[in-house]
This record gives sequence, C-alpha cells and structure tokens, in this order.
Amino acid sequence: MDLELTDDQGLFRETTAKFIEATCPIDTVREWSESEPHGFNRKWWSQGAELGWTSLLVSEEHGGGSVSGHGLLDLILVAEEQGRRVTPGPLLPVNVVAAALSEFGTSEQADRHLPGLLSGESIATWCIEAGRGSILPGGPRLQATKDGAGYRISGVTAPIEAADVADLFLAVADVDGVPIHVLVDAATPGVVVSEMESIDFVRRHGAVHFNDVSIGAGSLLGGVADASEQIDRLLDLAVVIQCASMSGAIDQVLGFTLEYAFDRYSFGRPLASYQALKHRFADHKIFAEASLATTVAAANAVDARAGDASELASTAKAYIAQSVTSELHDFVQLTGGIGTTWDHDLHLFIRRAVQERALLGSPADHRERIALILGLGAA
Amino acid sequence: MSTESTTDAAEDVESFRLRARAWLAENMPRIEGKSNADIAREDENGVYARKLQKILFDGGFAGLCFPVEYGGQGLSLAHQRAFTEESGPYQMPTVLNIPSLSILGATLLDFGTEAQKKRHLPKLISGEEIWVQFLSEPSGGSDLAGLVTKATRDGDIFHLNGSKIWSSGAFRADYALVLARTNPEVPKHSGITVFILKIHQPGVEIQQIKMATGANEFCQEFFDDVPIPIEDVLGKIDDGWTVASRLLFHERDAMGGGSPYLSGQGQRGHGTSNRSDLIELAESNGTLGDPAIRQLIAEAKINETVGEQLTARTATAIKQGLVPGTAGSIPRLYSAMTSERRQEINLEILGTAAPVWEPGAPSRQKSLDYLMRQGGSLGGGSNEMQRNIISERVLLMPREYAADKDKPFNEVLHNQTPTRPR
Repeated sequence: MDLELTDDQGLFRETTAKFIEATCPIDTVREWSESEPHGFNRKWWSQGAELGWTSLLVSEEHGGGSVSGHGLLDLILVAEEQGRRVTPGPLLPVNVVAAALSEFGTSEQADRHLPGLLSGESIATWCIEAGRGSILPGGPRLQATKDGAGYRISGVTAPIEAADVADLFLAVADVDGVPIHVLVDAATPGVVVSEMESIDFVRRHGAVHFNDVSIGAGSLLGGVADASEQIDRLLDLAVVIQCASMSGAIDQVLGFTLEYAFDRYSFGRPLASYQALKHRFADHKIFAEASLATTVAAANAVDARAGDASELASTAKAYIAQSVTSELHDFVQLTGGIGTTWDHDLHLFIRRAVQERALLGSPADHRERIALILGLGAA
Repeated sequence: MSTESTTDAAEDVESFRLRARAWLAENMPRIEGKSNADIAREDENGVYARKLQKILFDGGFAGLCFPVEYGGQGLSLAHQRAFTEESGPYQMPTVLNIPSLSILGATLLDFGTEAQKKRHLPKLISGEEIWVQFLSEPSGGSDLAGLVTKATRDGDIFHLNGSKIWSSGAFRADYALVLARTNPEVPKHSGITVFILKIHQPGVEIQQIKMATGANEFCQEFFDDVPIPIEDVLGKIDDGWTVASRLLFHERDAMGGGSPYLSGQGQRGHGTSNRSDLIELAESNGTLGDPAIRQLIAEAKINETVGEQLTARTATAIKQGLVPGTAGSIPRLYSAMTSERRQEINLEILGTAAPVWEPGAPSRQKSLDYLMRQGGSLGGGSNEMQRNIISERVLLMPREYAADKDKPFNEVLHNQTPTRPR
C-alpha cells in the first residue's frame, strides 16, 4: 500500500477490504470455484462495480471517475486487497479494456461498450497472449489482413483471462508486422472460445480462436492503424495491477505465517524464537516491502504517464514475479507439512502467483523490455 | 563560512535545482574518464577531497541539510536529492560522505553541546576536519557493547587504553568518535562513554590493514594512555550506548542510501556504481548483443531501481512512525544482498577478463572488487546482525538469548584487550 494515501483513499481501501471480507472471504472463494460456473458470482461483481472497481481508469465524461484524481493509484488499492484474499472476478481484464475504451476509443466505441463494463453487466478482456514473448515488439500475434475497409483475422490467442465469460474482446493482431487493436464481440461469427485448465481455479483462462473473422473498420480501437503505443500503455496498466495483487498476497502471507510462528511451539519455545527462522522472516519482510515500494513507484509513473513509466512497470513486474513463487514456497516450508494440504490457503496464493508470474510477460520478458528501453537492442 | 551565499530556506526545490545546476557548471571540475571512486583511490590522503569540499562550502552547497548556525544550509532532503542528481557529471568529495558527514556529523549534531557543535561542525562541513568512528574492536565486531577498550577517569581527564579496528581512512582523518568502557561494574550497555578524540597525538598509533584486494583503507588503532579532557565527552558519561545507537542508526541510513547529509553522488552501498558501467563493460568486450548478458544488465538495473524505491519507502515509514528507526536495516540489508548479486553479475559480464587482463585494462578494478564481494555484507553490522534487528525490532520476534544480560560487565566472559605488537 502507498504510505501516503489521502483520507478518501484510506476510506476507499477500508471499504473495499471490508466488502471483500464480508462477501467473499477465502471460504467463499473456494465455494464459488465449485458452485459458480465462472468462479465468481455475477451479482457480487456488479456490487463491486458499484464500489468503483470498474470505473477508476475511466474518465468522468465516460461515466467513470477516480477517488483521488489518480485512478491507477486508487485501483492498486483494490488489486492489493484482492491479492490479499485471492479474490475472484475479472478485475484486471475489465479495467484494462475500460481504460483502452476511455483513453483511445472513438466516442461511438466508448458509448457502446463502457456503460455495461462500468455497471458490471458486461465483461471484456484483453487478448494479447499468443505465445512466448507476446508482450515484446515482433512477438507472436493473431494475423490480420486488409479486407476492403475492414480486416479478416485468424489465429489463436491464449491464455486469456475470463475468456469464458467475456462479452467483448480487445484483440491485438498483426497486419504485415504492424499491430492493430480491434474490438470484437464474443458473438461474432468465427469467434470460438475453448476452455483451458487453469492452475488458478479461481481466476480462469481460455483460448479465443479467430477463424477467418471479418471485422469492420469501425472496430479498430480509436481508428488507429498502429496500436504499438496503445499496447505499451495497456501493458503498463496491466502489470501494475498484477504487481499490486502479488505484493498484497506476499504481505498477507507474511502476516499470517508470522502469526503462526508465534503461536506454534516446538521444544518448549515458539517457532518465532528460532534464529534460523527469524532470519528468513527478515528476508521475507525485505521482499514484501520492496514489492510494495516498486509497485507504488510504478503506479505513480504510469498514472502520470511519465517518460519512465514502461521501464518502472517492467521493473516492478520483473522484480516481484521473479521471486514471488519461491517466496511463497518458503512460507510453505516455514509452515510445515500442514502448509502443503488442500485445506491450507497457501496453495491458493501459489496458484494465483504462478499465473500472475507467467502471464502478460514473464520476468525474463520484462527484463528484455527494460533492455530494449535502455537501448540494448538485439544485435 | 560562505560569504556570498544567503540561501533562503524557503527556496523551492526546482529553483534550487536550477541554481545548483548553474553553479556546478561554473565551479566544479567535471568527471572525465575517472569515476569519483577512482579519484578517491588516487587521493589517498584526502587532500583533493578537502579541496573539493571547500569549493562546495564556499559556494553555499556543502552540508545542505545541516542547520545554518553550524555551517550548513538548512535545506530539506528534497533539496539534497535534487543536488545529488545534478552533481552526477561532476567530481564530488564522496569519500567524505561516509562516515565523516553522514554518520559522525549527524551524530555530533544530535548529541553535541553547543560549544562542541560550534567548534567542530563548520570545520567538518567545510572539509577542514575529517571524522571517523572507532567502534569495532579486535576482540569482536558484532557484540559492539561488549567492547573492552577502557577510559579511566582521573579528575577531569580520562585515560584511554585499548585498540579499535575497521575504521575506514583513519590515517587521513583528524577526529574520531571513540566508544570506551568507563564503568566495568555495571551491565555492558550502562558503562560506556563516547569521546571526541583528536587522532594525531602521542599515544595513538595507526596501522593500515592490507586487504585481500591489496587496498589499505581500513585501519587498526592502538591507544596507550591517551588523555581525553572531560569536555570532549559526547552525550553523558556512562550513557554512551544512547549515542552509539543513534550513530548506528545514522550508519544504517547512510549505508542504505537514505542519509540527507551528503556531498553529491556515489558511495552508497558497495558495488552500486553508476548506471552505465555494465553496459560499457559489455560493449567493450563485445557481449552487448548476447541475450543472456542483456538479461543480467537489466537485472542489475532493476535491483538498483528497486533499492532506491525501497529506501524511499522505508524513510517515509520511519518518518510517519509506522516502523521504528531500526527499520533502516531493511534497505541496508537489501543493499548488501543486491551488492553480492551485482558482484556475481560483474563476474559473468567480465568473462575471461575477470581473471586475466592486459596490463592497466580499465576493467581491472572490477575484477579486484570481486575479492571484496562480502564487504557490504560485513561492514556496518553484518547481514546476520541486520536480520536479527529486522526480525526483533521490526517484526517483534523474540530476542536472542544473551548470557551477559543484566550482569556487571566484569563478571561476563569476554575477550581480552589486545596489546600493541612491538
């Protein structure tokens, strides 16, 4: 969490945390993963939308609005609180597409799609993944060809969060090596979603197949023929949301594992009194604090559209994601055998972290992105 | 004292930045080829560093965060950061940052009497006096309060006997803060006093220690009945642990990169030198196009950026009272661990230039620095001590068992004072 929150932000964070605690504690997360067809309850998602979960990156003229005037700094409070509780729901994909529509969409596109996203009635997701290195220039993509005023699109984009429940896709495709962004209704002929199995059974992913899909010129996001800048911007927003979620998770797990170490006794003393364990907790504290620090710094830069926004977003993603999973496994080690069981919550955090680590650019992809920003192009 | 500068304490950071930028361009020599660290290495006796510091002082850009009445500029940390950023391309007396300005100057400011502060701080800030710390002893480093160097009182004079070690650059310094036992009949923390010691005087012998790299920056001192007048006690007699704790706080702050008492850039943790040196290194040995090398350069950059962000976050948390001042150990330990990693990255990028180089090759120092990989993890309290501090003071985990707790020091098992080699 940012240490310098405004009073309104503090209240917003607290309201968000209390709402999640009351409506979707981890027991409910587990229950929904079995009872709800998409892992979350749609009515509950609309309630979240009413609290502002979908509107923070959308301008006021489009019906959105932030708490502090810095929508991304508000949104990371939600993402962090969700990360603390392995919350379900399409927070990242909906916000990324909503931001895209608000920032880049034509007024026709924004008017058509935003009201449903803001209210929670409809769901959208961003389709950039199409293989290793998708976030990098020249990475694998859907292929598009000009077709009169519009395009025909083919290929598979996967894995895509909330693909199974999305009404709208914002897809990245290449036209002769130049990326475009197209808005595609899920009901468009030729668009087929297939289920995938996800390690994170709370937030699910699918594959979106484009079988020679015909797209009108009006579907081009903002009517822009080269979406490179849009992609960078959305990627920055997306990874900051991921980072907030991961740092919330780490801080939460550190908290409850530390409590366990105080409560659990061996050889007549609490685990917390053993120096071998204390030193590891000290290292975890450093990782938790560094994760929060780099997330907030990245969020500030991306919110302000600073010159180093992409560098700092990728710094946060590469730093946190490189170690988050092994950190969580060390908490399993500190917890002991019980930490490896289904009933213990640790595996839910690990499942989520494995997903967030790999998607929207692996740590290595983000290091490569930084190298490119530093001017170290491929030889 | 500065004669021409009448810095307005309310000057906003951006206009200060512009003023500093113009002044630096006008007055300070630029770095050409050599880094500040290279310059410091060649300036063994600190003569050039003193000269640079005097230029800063006369221009009104020394001791930015020290109060005006003691020769500083009374400005904020934001001003200091702006100056530090602007000073990047210039030769700076960074060798004076740690420990003279950011540790000793800061501690003197906290505990000095008005007379002590008036007497020493302006000279310390102008570079006329260089200060060091005499803390660790050959008998043990981590258990600092278990020190055995003693100061025996005789009226208004104390007589100092014993030995100190790991003081950096004592041979070029003028004064030291020295911790000595003044009462062995009480538990260890309650019988220590801090003294201001004039270094170059009869009875003080300094030996430079030759390190693994061949460098001889660190020293050992031997004290043979050195007289110290009572007015050179810093803080209260027998209450030196209070002063030492504060000094150690300033040390963590300085090593972690959070200190406001600096003269320009550089000299934070070991090994975090300027940003482009790895790129230059890879360029010079033709590996810049290697994807694996690019990954390492990006990793080094990430670790450095996150370190700055962590330092800033911790400073804010301390200021807001969310964590105790001992949380300074968080960026301190981070910096030490990433410095170790940075040394490994250096080794990887150096390739065969790590073990063998053409005589005088520019990469030579990087190769030698590797031999001191653990320097940042030992100096200023080992990583293990930092982990104790973080777990016990920040996470509030149970303290380690101490056999000397509440026992008079003279009943505690401890090492003996080493005698001076003859």
